Amino acid sequence: MSQRQVLQVFEQYQRARSQFAQAVADFAARPQSIDTLRSAGVVCLLRPLLLDVVPSIRQTAALALGRLADYDVELAEAVVKAGILPQLICSLPEENRYYKKAAAFVLRAIAKHSPQLAQAIVQSGALGMLVICLEDFDPGVKEGASWAFGYIARHNPELSQAVVDAGAVPLLVLCIQEPEIALKRIAASTLSDISKHSPELAQTVVAAGAIAYLAQMIPNPDAKLKRQVLSALSQIAKHSVDLAELVVEAEIFPVVLTCLKDSDEYVKKNGATLIREIAKHTPELSQLIVNSGGVAAVIDCIGSCRGTVRLPGIMTLGYVAAHSENLSMAVIVSKGIPPLCVCLIEEHEDHIKAAAAWALGQIGRHTAEHARHVAVANVLPTLLDIFVDTCSSEDLKVKAKKALKNILQKCTYLPALEPLLHEAPPSIMKYIIGQYSKGPFPESFLLSYPAWKSQCGGGRQGKGHILSPC
Amino acid sequence: MAAASCGREQGASMAALARLQERLEGLREEYFLTNRAIDEDRKRKYKAAVKIQRWFRACRVQVCLRHLTKMVILIQKWWRGYLRRKHFREIVEIQKTWRGYYVRKYIHNFYALKKYLKAVSMNNEFVRHELQEYTEMKENEEKMKDLEKKDKEKKYQARKMHYLLSTKQIPGIYNSPLRKSPDPMELLLQKSKPLTHRKQPVKSPFADELYGWPTCKEPPAFVTSLPLLHADRRKPQGPFRDPAEVLRQRYKPLEPTLRARESMYSAPGKAREPTRREEWRNPIHDNEFLPFSSYHKNYEKYEPSLFKSDKYGQEAYGTKYFREVYPKKWIADKDFETLFPSIALFEKFGKTYSSTGQIV
Repeated sequence: MSQRQVLQVFEQYQRARSQFAQAVADFAARPQSIDTLRSAGVVCLLRPLLLDVVPSIRQTAALALGRLADYDVELAEAVVKAGILPQLICSLPEENRYYKKAAAFVLRAIAKHSPQLAQAIVQSGALGMLVICLEDFDPGVKEGASWAFGYIARHNPELSQAVVDAGAVPLLVLCIQEPEIALKRIAASTLSDISKHSPELAQTVVAAGAIAYLAQMIPNPDAKLKRQVLSALSQIAKHSVDLAELVVEAEIFPVVLTCLKDSDEYVKKNGATLIREIAKHTPELSQLIVNSGGVAAVIDCIGSCRGTVRLPGIMTLGYVAAHSENLSMAVIVSKGIPPLCVCLIEEHEDHIKAAAAWALGQIGRHTAEHARHVAVANVLPTLLDIFVDTCSSEDLKVKAKKALKNILQKCTYLPALEPLLHEAPPSIMKYIIGQYSKGPFPESFLLSYPAWKSQCGGGRQGKGHILSPC
Repeated sequence: MAAASCGREQGASMAALARLQERLEGLREEYFLTNRAIDEDRKRKYKAAVKIQRWFRACRVQVCLRHLTKMVILIQKWWRGYLRRKHFREIVEIQKTWRGYYVRKYIHNFYALKKYLKAVSMNNEFVRHELQEYTEMKENEEKMKDLEKKDKEKKYQARKMHYLLSTKQIPGIYNSPLRKSPDPMELLLQKSKPLTHRKQPVKSPFADELYGWPTCKEPPAFVTSLPLLHADRRKPQGPFRDPAEVLRQRYKPLEPTLRARESMYSAPGKAREPTRREEWRNPIHDNEFLPFSSYHKNYEKYEPSLFKSDKYGQEAYGTKYFREVYPKKWIADKDFETLFPSIALFEKFGKTYSSTGQIV
């Protein structure tokens, strides 16, 4: 009988531990009770439960710790200071998949707050264990591990390098090929976070063969997956010409253009970002984009969005037009100027207006023909208003002035210059007058007499050979 | 005296003459040498004078010549410069026209640029059209999905409310007698099968946290610990097994083999597909596993059953006919006929009310 009593005591204790772990896990899911838990010293109490005999108690304790660390920076720091990390990962290879999932959750919850915490995780040797989790069969475990890698690699290049040195990249590329959508999403976002810091890291990701799989996933119907895939490709392409060419060789055009028509705003934004990162390197790449009809798609995308989502599209047009005058003419012919004007007028944010002003300047600065197209669209008064406006930011004013200067120096279309004469400040006026002084332009002979007369009466320095009054 | 003096003089002169004659050879030689020296001297001086004069004349001539050559060079310089410049202008004229032509034709070809821009705008139109079609297609798909979802929802509701279907006697709520035709819901109810009772799945202790994970759809395949029991649960009396054990056995979920659990589309599954196809395609023998040649002799014979066979052959009952009829045992010639009428109330069945519930 006493044996039974002895065993009963042990059973009660086990039940009590299990109930405690469950209850703490439940409470930790509610934000209002976390402060109470913290003041009750929950982290120190959960620590021995991590090494408990019963697996379910270990799992529940890990889950509770993960939820606590997820909530707050201070709790995460408390978890790290309590020395939980070595105990969490010491027996990880032999554990079952629920424990691995919970451990990956804890690591991710700690790493997401700050680079120092992520560094602490790396120093405790958790990366090797996470790689073991990535090799596991269960997709949930892989997802948790790649999510943790993503949060670690996000902060700075050194941490990304640590993740790459642990050998995570080939496993992540394998994860992308798995059928589960959530796993693909997380793996794509992790690759994006790794490759965004430097060209060497992007090269490592490319060397593992990620581009082909990422490009295959662009037509996938899931919106969140598309966001991550496009973001990953744009982070790879942004570093150098070779990487951008590799991305283009994966035959993303014209599939990427369908992403610009997606119903999800961020898919459009990331698609436009990808095209921008490719267009900005060389004229040949911009030529490729124009030839595949990308410019038209980007222009439609700008027309249909509002707000920050438009910004990459505007910058794409600016980069394409900046490379050469033929490309600039191609942008004009694709009806690029009206949406940019609308952007300039409608948008409230200064950086979007600055980008639109810059893009218009790049379009109009090449030859007189280009400047005429820009001037005919009635852009110059808007630019002047922005430049003169007191509540525009410094950056916006500088960009508006440069755009005005570039366009005005080539503009020979005098009716467009005329309204500016009345309102322009001296710094702009000198360019306008310079244009008037450059002599009779062929277009000016088509003008009617009154307009002619008013031009003659307008502020114009006589430089000798000026037109005689008719 | 005179003779003495003459003699002295003659003697002196004779002495002088002797001395002179002695010296004559020497004198001759001396005279010769001196003349030679003077001659040479004169020649040398003459040569020197000629040299100097020559030199001087040469200088004068050279100055003259230099002046002349300078003039000549100047003239030639001007002339050649003029010639080359003229030539140069001609060359530049040719090169200018050539380069202008070449640039306009090949590099900044205006017409090619126009053609290119036209091609770009046509391509843009095409791309815009395609993208428009794509968006429309996507929208249609969305609408179809919504419609399907609503349809499914409706069908599920109909299945749940199957009991509201009208019977022949009592019209249902969707089949009011005042309507001309039954409600569409009625038709739906008629088409749907009733739902079966589904048992509540047991909630394992891990159910809560595992549903939080995005990919974990079902509770764990094996239960590693005791499910929590109430502490004050009293054991029922009698020869019952431990309830925890029973529950574990009862709710042990399916654990298919790896081969069955693995999806067809996973990498090993896909890798097996070609071998399957090959096996189907390349068998050596089309009728695999045909029995041996003497199969039909031994195994395909018909063996009649013992119950139906008698001495003279087989009984036809059971194969040829099934109904036993003994006309000799019949009492009367005719068969039974119904004498009693059916119950009166049952005659009115379906006729007391108006014809509702009839399918139009």
